[in-house]
Amino acid sequence: MLTRSEYLTKVYAVEKGWTLDEYERAQTALFGAPEGGASGGYRGARKALGMAQADVVAEAKKANIRGRGGAGFPMGVKWSFMKPHPTKPAYLVINADEGEPGTHKDRTIMEQNPHSVIEGCIIGCFGIGAHVAYIYVRDELHLSKARLEGAIAEARAKGYLGKSPFGRDYPVDVVVHTGAGAYICGEETSLLNSLEGRRGEPRLKPPFPAQAGAFGCPTTVNNLETIAVVPTAFILGCEAFSKLSALHKIGDGGTRLFGINGHVKKPGIHELHVGVTLRELIYDVGGGVLGDRAMLGVIPGGSSTPVLLPSEVISAPDEKSPMHEWHGKNVLDVPLGVDTMRAAGTMLGTCCATVMAVGTCPVLAMQNLMSFYHHESCGQCTPCREGSAWLDRVVEKILDGKATMEELDSLHDIANNIMGNTICAFGEGTAMPALGFLRKFRKDFEAYVRGERKRENARLVLE
Amino acid sequence: MPFALTPERERALEALLPKYPTKMAACIPLLHLCQDQQGHIDDAIVEFVAHRLDLPPAHVKGVVTFYTLFNQHPVGKHQVWVCKTLPCALRGSDNVLRQCEKKLGIHAGETTKDGKVTLRTAECLASCGTAPMMQVDKEYFENLTPERVEEILTRLTS
Repeated sequence: MLTRSEYLTKVYAVEKGWTLDEYERAQTALFGAPEGGASGGYRGARKALGMAQADVVAEAKKANIRGRGGAGFPMGVKWSFMKPHPTKPAYLVINADEGEPGTHKDRTIMEQNPHSVIEGCIIGCFGIGAHVAYIYVRDELHLSKARLEGAIAEARAKGYLGKSPFGRDYPVDVVVHTGAGAYICGEETSLLNSLEGRRGEPRLKPPFPAQAGAFGCPTTVNNLETIAVVPTAFILGCEAFSKLSALHKIGDGGTRLFGINGHVKKPGIHELHVGVTLRELIYDVGGGVLGDRAMLGVIPGGSSTPVLLPSEVISAPDEKSPMHEWHGKNVLDVPLGVDTMRAAGTMLGTCCATVMAVGTCPVLAMQNLMSFYHHESCGQCTPCREGSAWLDRVVEKILDGKATMEELDSLHDIANNIMGNTICAFGEGTAMPALGFLRKFRKDFEAYVRGERKRENARLVLE
Repeated sequence: MPFALTPERERALEALLPKYPTKMAACIPLLHLCQDQQGHIDDAIVEFVAHRLDLPPAHVKGVVTFYTLFNQHPVGKHQVWVCKTLPCALRGSDNVLRQCEKKLGIHAGETTKDGKVTLRTAECLASCGTAPMMQVDKEYFENLTPERVEEILTRLTS
């Protein structure tokens, strides 16, 4: 079901929408005039800081906010892992290392609605018992960093950040930290190493960040969009926020930013209630496939999520399965949710879909992605470092018409030998999309091996 | 010759340190400050950062070699990055790259003879909804058309 909302995106269309004045104006427009003639802004943070600290996490859990970074872990549950340490401080770390191919949502928030992030950080810090939030932004996003710094300065000047935000004796500060060009730093433990000034190599878990994260202290790492929707949830009431979603009952609540890119007429970012289907996202929101062509496939949420064919159907014959409601339905007609996409054999990921029209060469598309993973593997674990390189090289060989059927089959072995054998999920993120392309476009790969198709005729861009 | 920051950047460093509980955490931001000044990072900068943050030079060198955006060799005055990852490739980033190579007379990874422009390809720069795109120094250029690319490159090279 397609329902639009504009809790985060109302200020996107406003001139200088990133300023505090416009943010406060938007909150008043969305939620009505504040009580007692008080200032209209940062209403979620005011509300949260007026609560008992222990109640903040309990309230946040009711929002059913699934992590927006790709894994979809429930945010409130993650917050509840934080236990006060007798000697060490706690930290909130925001992951804005947006770099998953196909993902372009966090940048819009930082550039056009940075105050939602700062307000979310205040609530998050209070909830988990931290006094400092670090926002880790990838270095390339210079405008994003400038807008966040600007928002922090405005919030400090108003006293929203500092010693006693909203009259409560609970100091909160937010610091923008910059990376230096490494996709792997989007992985939370690698991000923590990078924040500490080290090489961005992932850490073994346990200990999990909630036990020993940034600087060895208890830490919660949240995706930037996750933290940016927190103020909305607190203003509406977290349960009411969750109920905006058609998947509220299976614990996937609220609204989120949906991206659409690739071969569609109107690529972009849209704020919708959770429950929209891929078909609605592609055809109603995205305007349909370029040139009104048929669709070859769609990558639902960033390049690490296995590709879907428009012909696939959901299989959930067990009546007790929460997915049974959609048993036998086309995958394009299933609400986009963390659990629904998992049941469809893929992942919701970052919720930004990449559409490929008929005419796109799937082998060339896979080669593009494998060269990405080859370049971005941090090199710490052998199966990933070597495996991603082999995947890249063998697909190159197939495209050049120099590979044998045995070599094509060996791609399955290479991918399967990466999965489960690495410290972090980058390995799965490489192997899963590789296996997806191999299984779903097997005939295309074979055609190259047999010499029936040639690289010089392969296209990604439509003529 | 030992490396030293300009007074303005020295003040930026002073403002940086109190933000973190350890000096080491300032390593990446400080390397950026140094690179902004000199264009690339050499052993003198590695020594400087190690000295200022009480780190072994080997640690700093390890950081420099891990991250793509630290230039380990001199680069041109302007940096051009063309995103080549799938969502941009579906919207024609290959054509953008070819146009850049032709106009600048160099291949990706090279610098023009006059030292003005270094052209490189980039992995996903989070502009998939406004593809194809390129980054020039600290600025993004999105929804590129051949005319727009021509205009940007002409400004850079003239």
